[in-house]
Amino acid sequence: MGLIKKLPVYAESMPGGSLVLTSVEAILNHGRSKSLWYLLFGTACCAIELMCTGASRYDFDRLGMIFRPTPRQADLIIAAGTITKKMAPRLRRLYDQMAEPRYVIAMGGCTIKGGPFYYDSYAVEKGIDHIIPVDIYIPGCPPRPESLLEGCIHLQEKIRKERLRDWQEK
Amino acid sequence: MSEYVAVLMFILAGAGIVLVTFFMARMLRPHNPYPQKDINYECAELPVGSSWIQFNNRFYIFALIFVIFDVEVIFLFPWAVAFGQLGLFALVEMVVFILILLFGLFYAWKKGVLKWV
Repeated sequence: MGLIKKLPVYAESMPGGSLVLTSVEAILNHGRSKSLWYLLFGTACCAIELMCTGASRYDFDRLGMIFRPTPRQADLIIAAGTITKKMAPRLRRLYDQMAEPRYVIAMGGCTIKGGPFYYDSYAVEKGIDHIIPVDIYIPGCPPRPESLLEGCIHLQEKIRKERLRDWQEK
Repeated sequence: MSEYVAVLMFILAGAGIVLVTFFMARMLRPHNPYPQKDINYECAELPVGSSWIQFNNRFYIFALIFVIFDVEVIFLFPWAVAFGQLGLFALVEMVVFILILLFGLFYAWKKGVLKWV
């Protein structure tokens, strides 16, 4: 068991411990937010925008985002595209196989609420938050690369505000 | 002797960096294994069978022959780089070395190990 779970308990009982705690938090959050490696998971047209964001014009790398082909090395899963009922358990499995800390971005209307398939489809999952916890929703059909970049910046801000105490429950 | 102290220092520093990093990672990372997380990654499919795949033991003889010729290449490169200074004697030596190994290959060929039964 890592020190990380007990650190808030130990640190706050010591004089000056909260200073140590906040600096450890700041360093960890900085590292985590600036090196979000994302899992290659594109299931529909949003993946084209994801590829475009990863290419040289929009240059995902400058945010520290590098794609990984395996969930074991990924911190972030960008669900880019329609998730069908058949794909849903696979998405759950991929999320389970990622190591903590792990984050989820729901990219595009399909992953938020089923998108254009909301009314008449029996096969599409109406929102991936039925399957996995989502950190950031990016609307659009599909969202432009600028939207994806902004969503990732929002996720980085969210990670920077994380407290070690929150990790005890997870 | 003092040059070896520098080597020793490098070895110690290298090992120390690895040990400290692994220790820090162990202390700081979240640790939360559960059965769904521990299953093998098979492109999000449920894995079929064990990941301890057994290779046919007939590959062993190919691996052995490969290693022999791999080592031959390792000897050939420095020889080729320094060939200018070494002269005719080194050429004859290397030809003898390659011939010995070729003889081994022909022996293996004649024994039928290159044939996939």
